[in-house]
Amino acid sequence: MLMTTNSLSAPLVRLLGFLLWPAVALLGAAALGGIALNRGESINSLWLIVAALCVYALGYRFYSAFVAAKVLMLDATRATPAERLADGRDFIPTHRWIVFGHHFAAIAGPGPLVGPTLAAQFGYLPGTLWILLGAVLGGCVQDFVILFCSIRRNGRSLGQMARDELGMIGGAAALMGVLAIMIILIAVLGLVVVNAMRHSPWATSTVAATIPIAMLIGLYMRNLRPGRVIEGSLLGFALLVLAVVGGGWIDENAALRTWFDYDGPPLALLVIGYGFVAAVLPVWLLLAPRDYLSTFMKIGTIVALALAIVVLRPEIRMPALTQFIDGSGPVFGGKIFPFVFITIACGAISGFHALIASGTTPKLLSNEQDCRFIGYGAMAMESFVAIMAMIAACVLEPGLYFAINSPAGLVGAEPAQAVATISSWGFPVTADQMAELARQMGETSLFARTGGAPSLAVGMASIFASAFGGNLLALWYHFAIMFEALFILTTVDAGTRVARFMLQDLLGNVVPALGRTSWYPSVILCSALVVLGWGYFLYNGTIDPLGGINSLWPLFGIANQMLAAIALCVATTIIVKSGRAHHAWVTAAPLAWLVIITTAAAWEKLFSPELRVGFLAHANDLAAQIANGSIAGAAVSQTERLIFNDQLDAALTAFFLLVSWIVVIETVRVCLAYLQGRSCPTFTETPYERAQLVD
Amino acid sequence: MSARSWWTERAALPLERLKHGLQTSWRAVRELTGDDAYERYLAHHAACHGGELPLDRAAWFKREQKRKWDGVRRCC
Repeated sequence: MLMTTNSLSAPLVRLLGFLLWPAVALLGAAALGGIALNRGESINSLWLIVAALCVYALGYRFYSAFVAAKVLMLDATRATPAERLADGRDFIPTHRWIVFGHHFAAIAGPGPLVGPTLAAQFGYLPGTLWILLGAVLGGCVQDFVILFCSIRRNGRSLGQMARDELGMIGGAAALMGVLAIMIILIAVLGLVVVNAMRHSPWATSTVAATIPIAMLIGLYMRNLRPGRVIEGSLLGFALLVLAVVGGGWIDENAALRTWFDYDGPPLALLVIGYGFVAAVLPVWLLLAPRDYLSTFMKIGTIVALALAIVVLRPEIRMPALTQFIDGSGPVFGGKIFPFVFITIACGAISGFHALIASGTTPKLLSNEQDCRFIGYGAMAMESFVAIMAMIAACVLEPGLYFAINSPAGLVGAEPAQAVATISSWGFPVTADQMAELARQMGETSLFARTGGAPSLAVGMASIFASAFGGNLLALWYHFAIMFEALFILTTVDAGTRVARFMLQDLLGNVVPALGRTSWYPSVILCSALVVLGWGYFLYNGTIDPLGGINSLWPLFGIANQMLAAIALCVATTIIVKSGRAHHAWVTAAPLAWLVIITTAAAWEKLFSPELRVGFLAHANDLAAQIANGSIAGAAVSQTERLIFNDQLDAALTAFFLLVSWIVVIETVRVCLAYLQGRSCPTFTETPYERAQLVD
Repeated sequence: MSARSWWTERAALPLERLKHGLQTSWRAVRELTGDDAYERYLAHHAACHGGELPLDRAAWFKREQKRKWDGVRRCC
């Protein structure tokens, strides 16, 4: 009987297996076609979800399998560093799902939420296509290959691998690149938080409350109940919810609310002061507990958002393409090429992931073959988070989206003026609608709240409120703001700390005492230098009449994509040196694309005559206005400062461009030298050792 | 007949299975969050450094936290 069942079902199973992937391909193609060809009428967000899931499934099943088998030749019999070097501390053989969880929690930050929200100004289509294709062919491959390279090199970091495989110049360029991207990343994320808290006592008081809550949890987990992470985090979560509710009470109290009502520049100073204190305080008191809390919140909220979108299946209101692909968009200046590829970095391809894939993760894998699942799979999941952020931004009425995200310097500071400008673009919105939205969300005004966080929070709040019942829009809105601020501030703290280590490492070459990471004067000095670095950009972002995001976010995108280019350079060199140069296109093709887009974007940011795009054109225009007297009196000194900032941003862009080209040229040189049999840095893979672990 | 027994076998032990499933999930959650890290440390210590006395919970937690935060931990 059993035999018959088996012999009956076996062909059936085979047939189903045979039909499964063509069916997925067909479904994905239909969904993508539906998204791309639909014009004039709104489409359902389910189309985006289905298209995304099919693309990830196909990419994972076929492309990553090809990369695993033919390009990297993953070998399950080869012992991993976790097995060979097991020390119970850094190198611990760990179950693949656990490693996946750790890796995903480390790579998923605010980046994939903010980028798609900003890029929605081009319509939902360009960003969505780039998120899908960029992830499947670029970002996932990068994370996967770098994780593999690090595993075959005892878990070495990207910087060390760059030095080993590319030589001193490549290694130094990689280190400088990482430091620069940290500074810009922290500044721009700080600006996102400041813009979310500007003149919002509710948001400001809630975000402020997360600091003592984190400290309390830090004390709890260290002294009261050491190492009880779940207990501590649940307690923290309860307190955070209480802080959101409490923020509402403060907002209603006329006396209390003035304590938390600030404009952008003072808020920037508060964030800068906070960043410095957080960097010099012991880690256990603020940084570590904040990190636990934000990881819990992040995973929980992302899962809830996915559920809510699937349950609710909201309609996409944003058109597929807007007229702003010509570069006239209010959210940030610049044409669709190359700026959509710069604006969405995390979620499509993010160089930052290469640091994680060559950090903790390679020291935990017990089987080399899991590189594919963890490297490729976790990035596909992060990319899905970016798709959800895109949906949350696009379910808003476009008029509301543009009113929230357009800087006052562009559409006018008065509500009547702003709605008139935005309506004249073909996205009707009224001042009453905006006032009603602000009232529902518990805010005084939602005009010109640039940075993406408020519009994402409005989108999330409307999705949550409809999916999970209750008309608690204001609570959901501030919950979303708190959630974004919580892990942005975690990145601010942790990033400052990492940048401080790097700076100490660099300065230690000159003054050895400064290189001692636990010497307090050096800690204070280097932390202060790092905080001043990002603080400068953050503060000037808040006084920039164009909103700051307009100049800082592209800089961040260029820096992040440049880091990805460096990682792909290292990966390509390693593939060539492993004797499989004919497969090197797997990393060389995304590398070439990144070099094209970063160079094009950097070039435009430097030399475009368009005032909102070219840093130098903007500086020259302001200088001309001072010269011909149209700016006079007290405004002159402020304008001179704007000119200096433009020049500084231009210098930084040129620096990024230079660094990435140096690394690319070094890569080409080393690869050619290897292929022609000339001398080049040696291939540093650790020799084969048979795995003893039974998985 | 055998297809039937497969079902009866499954249906016979629903509570056992539920209990087993819950235990597995709870273990996974604890491992994922690092809640069981001290127990794992004790196991590792007993296996590899049997002669020495292991650290107590508080001292171990302090050491681990200090060590963990020396490097890149977070992403964009």
